[in-house]
Amino acid sequence: MQRSSAVIVALAVLMGTVIGLGTYTFIYAKGYSYLTNNPAACANCHVMQAQYEAWLKSSHHSVATCNDCHTPHNIIGKYAVKANNGFWHSFYFTGGNYPDTIEITRFDHNVAENACRRCHENITAEIDGNVVHGKAEGLQCTRCHNSVGHSESASAELTPLLTRSHHDYAPN
Amino acid sequence: MTTPPTDPERRRSRRLFATVIVLAAVASLAVTALLINIFERKQEAKNPFYRVVELNDTIDGPATWAKNFPLQYDLYKRTVDMQRTKYGGSEAMPHSPSDADPRSVVARSKLQEDPRLKTIWAGYAFSADYRERRGHAYMLEDQTFTERQKFNPPAMCINCHASLVTTFLKLGDGDLTKGFKVISDTHMTYKQIRQDVKHPVACIDCHDPKTMQLRITRPAFMEGIRALKASQGVQNYDVNTMATRQEMRSYVCGQCHVTYYFQPPNKRLTFPWAKGLKVEEIIAVEDDAKIKEWDHPDSGAGLIKARHPEFEMWNQGVHARSGVACADCHMPYMRQGGLKISDHQINSPLLKVNRSCQTCHHFPEEELKARVEDIQDRFFNLRNTALDALVDLIGDIKAEKAKGATDAQLAPARDYQRKGQFMIDFVMSENSMGFHAPQEATRILGDAINLCRLGQLSLHGGPPPSHNPPNIENVAPSPGPAAAPSKQTKKQGDPATIAKLQLH
Repeated sequence: MQRSSAVIVALAVLMGTVIGLGTYTFIYAKGYSYLTNNPAACANCHVMQAQYEAWLKSSHHSVATCNDCHTPHNIIGKYAVKANNGFWHSFYFTGGNYPDTIEITRFDHNVAENACRRCHENITAEIDGNVVHGKAEGLQCTRCHNSVGHSESASAELTPLLTRSHHDYAPN
Repeated sequence: MTTPPTDPERRRSRRLFATVIVLAAVASLAVTALLINIFERKQEAKNPFYRVVELNDTIDGPATWAKNFPLQYDLYKRTVDMQRTKYGGSEAMPHSPSDADPRSVVARSKLQEDPRLKTIWAGYAFSADYRERRGHAYMLEDQTFTERQKFNPPAMCINCHASLVTTFLKLGDGDLTKGFKVISDTHMTYKQIRQDVKHPVACIDCHDPKTMQLRITRPAFMEGIRALKASQGVQNYDVNTMATRQEMRSYVCGQCHVTYYFQPPNKRLTFPWAKGLKVEEIIAVEDDAKIKEWDHPDSGAGLIKARHPEFEMWNQGVHARSGVACADCHMPYMRQGGLKISDHQINSPLLKVNRSCQTCHHFPEEELKARVEDIQDRFFNLRNTALDALVDLIGDIKAEKAKGATDAQLAPARDYQRKGQFMIDFVMSENSMGFHAPQEATRILGDAINLCRLGQLSLHGGPPPSHNPPNIENVAPSPGPAAAPSKQTKKQGDPATIAKLQLH
C-alpha cells in the first residue's frame, strides 16, 4: 500500500517534469504564435525572413496575410494545413537539411491558387470561361503574377550593369 | 482488506513502472534536445560579429582576416576542391613531383585533349603547357610551376595570380598605381616579383580592411574601365568612388577575368577596352597599338593571344543586361545559421544550382542544368568546326608559302588568321563554354569561321565580287596588318555592292 502510493507520486513527478519542460519549450519557441494570423510568426525561424520582408513591401500586404493565401478558407482545412506544414517546417529546420532557396510544394501551390481565385473570382471566372484561355490546363495565376505576394527580385537592381558599348545603341 | 498481490500482478506493475520511466525519460530527453536546438537557432539569428583583430592594408595573410570572418574564410579555403561539371572545373591528375615542379596533383592538359591547340599556338608559350583551370587556391602554384615559365613571362603576369596589395604599396611607397608602374618601368622579371608575394588572391585584394566594402586594387582595371567609360562619354571615371555596389560585385572579378596585352616597350599590363568590350573592338585596339605577340612558325602570321575574357563576354549576355552580377551566380547568398553570407567558395553555378539559378528561375534543378548544357553542347560543336577551319587556313598558308608565295601575296590570309584566331581564342579561353553570352559567342564563332574561309579564298584569287563583306562592321579600318579587311569593309558603302546584295 505504502509502496504503490510512492510509485504513483514518483510517476506524477516524472510526468509533471515532462509536461513542465514541454510547456516551457512551447512558450520559449513562441508556439502559441502559430495559432494566430500574425505574419511575423511565419518568420519566427529566419528561413522566411526574406519572404516576410518582401510581403511588407508588396501590393497585397494591406489586404492579405500569409494565412489568407497559404491556408484554405475553412477552419478545418486551415488548421490541418497549418499542422502539416508546421510539422515539416519544424522537422527540416531542426535538422538543418533544407535548400537555401526554398520551393513551394505542389499541394501548397494549389492552396495559394485557390486563394487567388477566391478573392478574384469575378476575373478568374471570366478567364476560365474564355474560349482560348479556358482551355489552357493548369493555368496558374502566379505563373504571371508571381510578385504580388512577395517578389523575390524586389531588391534586385533591375538595370543593365555595365553601360553598353556605344555601338549597341547606334541605329543600323 | 485487499488481498496481497500475486506474483504475476506484481511483475506486471513493475513492468509498467519501468516502461513509464523509460517513456518519460525519452520524452524529457526529446523535449530538452528540442529546447536546446531552439535556443541555438535563436542565438544563430542574432548575427554575431566579433572584431578580434584590427585590420589594415599591411595585413595580407587571409588567416588573420579569418579571425574576424571565420565563415567566409572557411568557404574561401574550399576553393581547393576539384570538382567537374560537364565542360568545366577540374579533376586531380596525379603528377610525379620533381625539383622543378613539386606538385603531386595537377589539372588535365587541354593540349593533350585537343592537339589542334598546339597547331594554332605553335611557336608560343601556350603550346608548351595549357591545362584546365583549378580553383583560386591554386593560382599561384600553378603559375609558378607551369612549363610556360621556360618562355620567361613578364613580371606582370603576377597581377592575377597573387595577392598583390601589400606588394604594390611597398613598391610604390603607399601608392598602388605607382607600385604597379615600378614593376613595369624597372623591367622586373617574373622570378623577382614572385619572391615578393606569398598568397593567392586574398581578402585584401577585393575588400577594404576598414569597412569590408568591395574595392578595386588593380591599376590595370582602373585604367581599363576609365578608357571604356571615356569611349562612352564619361570622362575621368574613378571606379572606386563612382561604381555602384552591384557593379562592384562584377568589377572586382573583372580585375582578372579579362583579356589583356603587354604594352611595349616596358610590357605594361593593358586592358584593351578603349573602343568597347566586344571582340572586334578589342582587336581594333590591339591593331592600333601594333601588338604582335609572336609569329606563327607555319603561316608566318603575326598573332595576338586572347586570355580568359569572362568579364567581357558576360557583359554581352542577357544576365548582365538584367543586372545580374558575377557574384550573384558564382558567390550566391547562403544561410549560415541566421546569417546571410555570400559563398566565398567561388566555382561553377552548376555546382550550386539551387542557390544560384533557382533564386530567379523557378524550374527544377535538372531542367536548369539541361538548359545550360544544351547551350554548352551547341557552343562546343561550333567551336570544333571553327578550330578545324582555322587549322585548315594555317595549313593552306603554309602550303602556299612552301610553293613560293610572297609575303605580299600571303598578307591578306595572314591577317584573316590573326583576326579569326583571336576571335576563336577569345570565346574558347573564356571559361563558360559559351554560357556567359550564348548568342554572342556563337556569333563570334560564325564570323570567325567566315574569316578563315575568306583567308583561304584570298590565297586562291580572292572571293567573287558579289561577295558579302566580312561582318566586322564595328571595327574601324586600322593601319598596318589590317589592310586587307578594311578594303573589304569599304565595299559596304559601295552602292553597286548594296544593289547586288538587295537582289538576293
